[in-house]
Amino acid sequence: MFEDVRDLYNATILERGRRPRHMRRLEAFDATAKGDNPMCGDRVQVWVKFAEDRSIAATGFDARGCEISKAAADLMVEAVAGKTADDTKAMFAAFRTLAQTGACEDCAEALAPMQPLAAVHEYPSRVKCATLPWHALIAALDGQGASTSE
Amino acid sequence: MSQFDVTSIRAQFPILGQTVRGKDLVFLDSAASAQKPRAVIDAMVGAMETQYANIHRGLHWMSERTTEAYEAARDAAARLLNAGDRHEIVFVRNSTEGINLVAHSYGRGVLKPGQAVVISAMEHHSNIVPWQMLRDAHGTELRVAPITDAGELDMAAYEALFADGKVGLVAITHMSNVLGSYTPAERIVQIAHAHGAKVLLDGSQAVVHRKVDVRALDADFYVFTGHKLYGPTGIGVLYGKAALLEAMPPWMGGGDMISSVTYETSTWARVPHKFEAGTPAIIEGIGLEAAIRWVEAIGYDAIAAHEAELTEHALARMSAVDGLTIIGRAQDRGGVVSFTLDRAHAHDIATLLDRAGIAVRAGHHCAEPLMRRLGLESTARASFGIYTTAEEIDVLADTLTKVREFFK
Repeated sequence: MFEDVRDLYNATILERGRRPRHMRRLEAFDATAKGDNPMCGDRVQVWVKFAEDRSIAATGFDARGCEISKAAADLMVEAVAGKTADDTKAMFAAFRTLAQTGACEDCAEALAPMQPLAAVHEYPSRVKCATLPWHALIAALDGQGASTSE
Repeated sequence: MSQFDVTSIRAQFPILGQTVRGKDLVFLDSAASAQKPRAVIDAMVGAMETQYANIHRGLHWMSERTTEAYEAARDAAARLLNAGDRHEIVFVRNSTEGINLVAHSYGRGVLKPGQAVVISAMEHHSNIVPWQMLRDAHGTELRVAPITDAGELDMAAYEALFADGKVGLVAITHMSNVLGSYTPAERIVQIAHAHGAKVLLDGSQAVVHRKVDVRALDADFYVFTGHKLYGPTGIGVLYGKAALLEAMPPWMGGGDMISSVTYETSTWARVPHKFEAGTPAIIEGIGLEAAIRWVEAIGYDAIAAHEAELTEHALARMSAVDGLTIIGRAQDRGGVVSFTLDRAHAHDIATLLDRAGIAVRAGHHCAEPLMRRLGLESTARASFGIYTTAEEIDVLADTLTKVREFFK
């Protein structure tokens, strides 16, 4: 049973959702923001530490939500490591396309860490679970304290 | 198992013949919105096909027939709630609008700044936010009657809220949309009245499952919504005692709610039209009338007996699922069962159940403060309707065991 959900609940997502590698609050951080999906109650907070060149040196998060939102946050941390704010925003735009449609031309390489979530487009009510941590990250980069995936 | 033939009931719901992802639909989300029987669908389509025009002011045959059909819904709602007078039935869009109407009109028009409104710790957002808005705009106080860990209203604490004599209005659910708990409405009203306060009961869930008698309860206001009662969306009912409604100012202005209009001033139509500005939900009203007649024909005794058996069966079967915790253990409860699984978040549960053709709800159920009180972020919720079968609950319980195995 449930073999047909393995496209979304694949080994990577299950592992990252259950045992996230980057779910921690950064002791020293330059930016932080919360993400809130008021439709379902999922909450996430993201902390970011910048390098001297303002690229992302480290990201940590805390998430209260489903496997998808936690796995998305965990994979996001790896995807944005070393990226600038502009790079990160472009990646989010691409990831949204990927999450909503399952395909994203010209972004396969940059978004490789997020590919395990590609099937989420088959689950429209879950797309916002996958994008919530990105909303929080972008809000942190923009110096806003809060965001929503509503 | 039922006192009525659930097979023949189900045959009246066209949608229950649908398959979802190749599997028979197991619809366990009726507390969010119920499916519609053929009688309701036909009444609405029939009205549009054979007798439709705007109502109340038309001087032609079609308008008169449509007015009669629409106003029959007012009679039906009055009968359903055992209201003393059909003019005590105000049509609104849904329960939310009914509560907002009372908060705005009775709240600002009758309650005084400094008076308090009492809600409970297990309200839907629709019975919290309007009172916060009233507090902020009008200077009333908002008090919250606590619940016990079992999910029952703490009656001693409730009564204590009246001690300073400031409470002017109580607005409490008649049945929790999360915990399935019924509240002791009669006792709630008695205590409030003994302290000079009025009571609004949110019957969105309760009216679906048991006979409501507003006069026996002595409720001052009672709201429910059509779409949970097997009727259409867009039509709900606010019952208010005539004397209260008459003393309340109108909420929205427009056509249909006036007696006369000049550029200097207007005078209001009589109750309930004073509260029904603009062209109403005509077809939806006709659908609601059909829904009420359909429910009455089955009868609340049979409905309540069926749902009591289902709920007992569900509590037994679901409690036996390893790692499953039922949220809410009220003595007096109905067919709404919230639960958590130790290994899976509510959204993940809902997604996997969906793949098995089972529709449940997951999240905070528009009751965030209650979730916080329970120490939870979210729950999954199975809710039953008149068409729900014991076999569907067995499918749910068996599938939940497999969901848990999936996340091992």
